[in-house]
Amino acid sequence: MDFSYSEVQLMLQDSVQKFVQKSYDHDTRTKIVDSEDGYSKENWQLFAELGWLAVPFTEEDGGLGGSAIDLIVMMEEFGKANLVEPFTATAVLGGGLIAELAEGAEKAELIEQLVTGSLQLACAYAESGSRFNLSKVTTTAAIEGGDVVINGNKIAVLNAPNADKILVVARESGAATDAEGVSIFLVDANAEGLAITPFTTFDGKKSSEVLFENVRVSESVRLGSSGQALNALQKVVDRATVGVSAEAVGALESLLKKTVEYSKTRKQFGTVIGTFQALQHRMADMFIECQLARSIVVMAAMQLDSLADELKKTKAVSAAKSRVGKAIRHVGQESIQIHGGIGMTDELDVGHLFKRVTAIDIMFGNADYHTERFASLE
Amino acid sequence: MNADFTAEDLVFQDEVRTFLQNEFPAEYREKIDANIRLSKEEIINWQKILYKKGWAAPSWPEEHGGTGWSQIQKHIFATEMGLIGAPEPVPFGLKMVAPVIMAYGNDEQKQRFLPDILESNVWWCQGYSEPNAGSDLASLKTSAVREGNHYIVNGAKTWNTYGQYADWIFCLVRTDNTVKKQEGISFLLIDMKSEGVSHKPIYLLDGHAEVNEIFFDDVKVPVENLIGEENKGWTYAKVLLTHERTNISGVPRGKRRLRALKRIAAETDDGFGNSMMENQTFRNRLANIEIELKALEYVELRTLASISAGKAPGPESSILKIVGTELAQKIDEIFVDLAAYQSLPFVPEQFEDGFQGTPIGPGNSAAFALTYFNNRKASIYGGSNEIQRNIICKAVLGL
Repeated sequence: MDFSYSEVQLMLQDSVQKFVQKSYDHDTRTKIVDSEDGYSKENWQLFAELGWLAVPFTEEDGGLGGSAIDLIVMMEEFGKANLVEPFTATAVLGGGLIAELAEGAEKAELIEQLVTGSLQLACAYAESGSRFNLSKVTTTAAIEGGDVVINGNKIAVLNAPNADKILVVARESGAATDAEGVSIFLVDANAEGLAITPFTTFDGKKSSEVLFENVRVSESVRLGSSGQALNALQKVVDRATVGVSAEAVGALESLLKKTVEYSKTRKQFGTVIGTFQALQHRMADMFIECQLARSIVVMAAMQLDSLADELKKTKAVSAAKSRVGKAIRHVGQESIQIHGGIGMTDELDVGHLFKRVTAIDIMFGNADYHTERFASLE
Repeated sequence: MNADFTAEDLVFQDEVRTFLQNEFPAEYREKIDANIRLSKEEIINWQKILYKKGWAAPSWPEEHGGTGWSQIQKHIFATEMGLIGAPEPVPFGLKMVAPVIMAYGNDEQKQRFLPDILESNVWWCQGYSEPNAGSDLASLKTSAVREGNHYIVNGAKTWNTYGQYADWIFCLVRTDNTVKKQEGISFLLIDMKSEGVSHKPIYLLDGHAEVNEIFFDDVKVPVENLIGEENKGWTYAKVLLTHERTNISGVPRGKRRLRALKRIAAETDDGFGNSMMENQTFRNRLANIEIELKALEYVELRTLASISAGKAPGPESSILKIVGTELAQKIDEIFVDLAAYQSLPFVPEQFEDGFQGTPIGPGNSAAFALTYFNNRKASIYGGSNEIQRNIICKAVLGL
């Protein structure tokens, strides 16, 4: 048994930490969030040069290894700094689907573009009636004279306003919640009939609703075989779920650290508030939550990297997301409470970390959903 | 033992219901249901409607324009207001400064300030907290130095709710540095139009600036604006802080929001072909809230009965504040969980008055996270829940 990071993982961690320390303080992040693009293109190029964008891919696919542990090492550091760049949308979700479903030269070319920083992706899977069920797909893809015509409405499409291409999950056959019949198409973001309604999410990311109205594309943009994409989607989303859970672990550790620091400087009643035992115990509980969250995320990542069967992996992912969701509520809320009024302000980084973890709690299914999914997989 | 209202009270309840149905403007109700804040003018207009009915200040004595209601009637009124979603009048004038003026102000001050408060002609805000004096309020530093017939005020106050609307502010100021911190504080009324008063909005996590920082830079305040005696302000302030601690449980509002949750859940797909109201996990969470609200409601009723029987309101108010705010926050969480992805869009302008664009998301789902973030304040303000627990430890448990 060995829970230590490998040499390479330590280097990766160090590389992110150095970048954050040098170029990603709260003020810088705020400026990036407020900018037109909502992310920094220079940073993105730097991520490519540092090899971070290649981390989620196997060497065979042109990446650096693609292990889930590598992913959580990196994403935890992203979480600590509340990094807003669209890593999950482009590299983990979009790139993950390409790695799973695309083939041959097309796959190599797309991944090459992605890891060199010249391809931004968005993944349109959620619908207003789908909640967290990936197989609930009412967006349709119909074959018409050798083309595919896509119709439907997608919500919460992260990074669509900046995406070059959108991976759209659409149904070619079957009833609304059937596992069979779901395909994924890689569509140009400026395709005719595709309308993006952009907005910023409360955690500062660019997102959108995407309307597909008779979007006519060549059948060649389908990734993988017709109607068989759900398993790959589930697998990629599970991996992304562990990724954002690790990001949450980093953000929660940041919140804990900032809260403890604040309690050592904030004076009330003639002493720093960190001397009050009532608050000390609550910070001890926050620490415990962080440790439980960290541990269960490591467990899930190890499962994903193992030879365990899919059911076991899926259960591990749901266990992690469910437990991290609880930690998010607990640590996030206590951070604000112990900071008091100042924690409520837009000015302080604490509130933005709180908002980020709240968004992660929702992403790919909240605690209730994953508890139910865990229970259903007996 | 029974928890029934008398026949008389039931008649009163009916009168309140009818009044609210007819007089609380429908467009305000729609706005509140859609999570849109009322404008300053609308808030004042609603308070003036209450004033015309004679119901602006149930907590005031009749001689100053109060209603003369029993504790039970006040409770009925607050309950019906909460159930329909009518906002309680802004408390800073009616419920905070007015009782202090009544108790410690001179006749001239009473005549000068109280009628305008009752009629909502003058908007008050509170000047208590400072950047370094929050829970430990008595350590405040804003100074008032006597010079002839004036005080010269310097310092900063913070977390001034609606400070941007205020005509007047009541302040705790330090008038003596040489004594114990509680003994050098005075209670001063300051015209916000005075030279040297400025304010800066504080944006909160929901993107809205409902609170402000207020700065005093050599502000000249006439001595006749001092309430009571110099250096006795802390005693007066404590009266203000313990005022009217009933009707703070938020039970009616909680019930109203549970109803909204059920309505929205019935229209929300669970992703598997059913509605969220058919999801057992979700139902259990709603049930737990409902049970907690019921328990809290009966704490409140028992407190009410005890006050009606002539006992002073005690530390029960701390229970109501702690549990009431924490339950409201639990309800906020459920709204976010229900809306799921639809709560992510951050479009605060969508919930401002007069928004003209196309809204993002169904209904007001994009408001739910904003409310969740904003309402984290509830366990911090008004004597944080930690301070409330301290009160229980000291006053009840003798620790």
